[in-house]
Amino acid sequence: MEIKRGIAVSPGVVPGPALVLGTEDFRIPRRFVSVDAVEIELTRFRTALDSVCGEIAENERLASERLGAQYGAIFTAHLNLARDPKLRDEIEVLIREKTYAPEFASSRVLRRYAKFIQNLGDHYMAERAVDIFDLEKRLLRHLLGEQREELSHITEPVLVLAHNLTPSETASLDPDYVLGFATEVGGHTSHTAILAGALEIPAVVGIGPFLSDVSGGETIIIDGNHGEVIIDPDESTLKRYHDTQVRIKTANEKLEQLGRLESKTADGVSIKLYGNIEFPEEVDHCIQRGAEGVGLYRTEFLYLKDDREPSEEDHFDAYRRVVDPIPDLPVVIRTLDLGAEKFPHSLEELAEVSPNPVLGLRSVRFTLRNLGLFKTQLRAILRAATYGDIRVMFPLVSSMLELRQAKMILSDVMEDLEEEGIPFRRDIQVGMMVEVPSAALLADRFAPEVDFFSIGTNDLIQYTLAVDRANPTVADLYNCADPSILKLIRMVVAAARKHDTPVVVCGQMSGDPTYTAALIGMGIRELSATPFSLPVIKQVVRELTIPQAEEIAAHTECLDVARDVENYLRGELKKILPEILD
Amino acid sequence: MSSSSVCSRDVVVALENGLHMSPSAQIVQTAQRFDCDVRIHKGDKTVDGKSMLDILTLAAQHGTTLTLEASGEGAQEAVDALEKLFVTNFATE
Repeated sequence: MEIKRGIAVSPGVVPGPALVLGTEDFRIPRRFVSVDAVEIELTRFRTALDSVCGEIAENERLASERLGAQYGAIFTAHLNLARDPKLRDEIEVLIREKTYAPEFASSRVLRRYAKFIQNLGDHYMAERAVDIFDLEKRLLRHLLGEQREELSHITEPVLVLAHNLTPSETASLDPDYVLGFATEVGGHTSHTAILAGALEIPAVVGIGPFLSDVSGGETIIIDGNHGEVIIDPDESTLKRYHDTQVRIKTANEKLEQLGRLESKTADGVSIKLYGNIEFPEEVDHCIQRGAEGVGLYRTEFLYLKDDREPSEEDHFDAYRRVVDPIPDLPVVIRTLDLGAEKFPHSLEELAEVSPNPVLGLRSVRFTLRNLGLFKTQLRAILRAATYGDIRVMFPLVSSMLELRQAKMILSDVMEDLEEEGIPFRRDIQVGMMVEVPSAALLADRFAPEVDFFSIGTNDLIQYTLAVDRANPTVADLYNCADPSILKLIRMVVAAARKHDTPVVVCGQMSGDPTYTAALIGMGIRELSATPFSLPVIKQVVRELTIPQAEEIAAHTECLDVARDVENYLRGELKKILPEILD
Repeated sequence: MSSSSVCSRDVVVALENGLHMSPSAQIVQTAQRFDCDVRIHKGDKTVDGKSMLDILTLAAQHGTTLTLEASGEGAQEAVDALEKLFVTNFATE
């Protein structure tokens, strides 16, 4: 059993067979063979290995003849790998003694070597792991022959593991058979995270290299609550997770019934709960979970979908699809927030190559430098806003100048629409994300200039603590419970209160019930979170009283260390909701 | 008659990129010509000189000192032949 840690991007836990994407496009259909078949399987393995050796020898001959002995030597080395007596022995032992299927045994042994070499700390040697993977591929191709399974033909549920899911890979997957995702790279805004969130299946990203430990076919568990992937879980772990899965399912069913209940504290103060969405279809999830609107519509996916920049009509159609089912509820559309990760193909030309993109030309900075693109989106937002309560929000505002510039562009767009006689909403509410410490520090200056604040805790934490949480080596330093973060939130709430500016908290923190009481205690009355987490948040809200929440928030002020704050809040949550699941 | 004993000798890896694929293959091919057991030591790590995968796991970088050791039929000749590879810096024949 091995546990890999990454970033939890979509909650839930699920055990199941692993399907490894990317390193090879086929999968190992079965792990074990019956005891009676061992001799036949051994023969099958030897035949396949002999064919592989023959194939490499032929390549060696051709390469030497056509390209010279030096090129032939590459295959000579491969041939020596394939003929390694130790390799043959180790694989045969697994087949004979553990009744592993030859495919599984081969993959296991070769990947163990590949992993070892990758971990030697010698960059040049680490690349040689590629040669071992290549041998694995050849061997599997011979073993599987016609049985090779196409990804698009998955017929049983699997957990998909990949270095990084690309849209084209996911496009061929049947969502009915995908139970969870885990990837080596990626952060909260990666394609995997977006997709998993929309499908509401557990996902863990940013695990770091781990695929060499998995052959495919073995049982793994994806724990999207704790950001863990467990490879080859032992019986007791598996049992524990099965129980958790059942409990989560029962609890979720119960929570869904909360949908229609009011989001009010036990002492009658209403706490507005909104949904964060990526795709228009997710509005349904919001409605099902009783959200009072969409608190954050991330529009990046519009830019990731095709190879071209989205047109005004693409935007408009998407916004209509969000607002039409809920014309009376607020929908906050955040303008393009790209740049922290790789730019999509459609925008590549406009992107700068930065060694430090998180501090570079991203988000509102990017749109302010690419006004054509910015105006296209703003036009669509303003037009769609006539169909409901659409609001616009600028991300990553770091100075007053940026906010004023963005607002000025919005006025320009209004003038254009006016001149063109196109209907739009003039009194649209304009808000800003408070997610850069400078904006939090100057919240009292920003407050009178906007209609609402939305505290984006993900970036606020990253910038305040100087931690890139997509970087596995420092990700453990990233913590919502850090006293500095709580202090910044308090400052923003106090500044907003002076000017009667509403404050919403969005980001991971608002979807984690651990922080609900503290946030309410600090004066937050609106939360926006992934639809999936809304029921449990509502349950916490309904159990709480304001004085109780204020006491909890006040107590956190006495704690100096994030871990203590977190432990304290977890303890309080257990008291509020004893049946809450870890 | 060839010698039957234990024979060992130290060699230094002069290859710029260390003992990578191609030289490792040459070692294996050479070792496999002999009936004796061939082991390569790097510090306290010992690998089978007839296993390519094993040799790769040594990650013997430029400047590393390795001990070649053979035991059994033709040990002396095996070590001589292997040493020659290192001395000639694995020049292709």
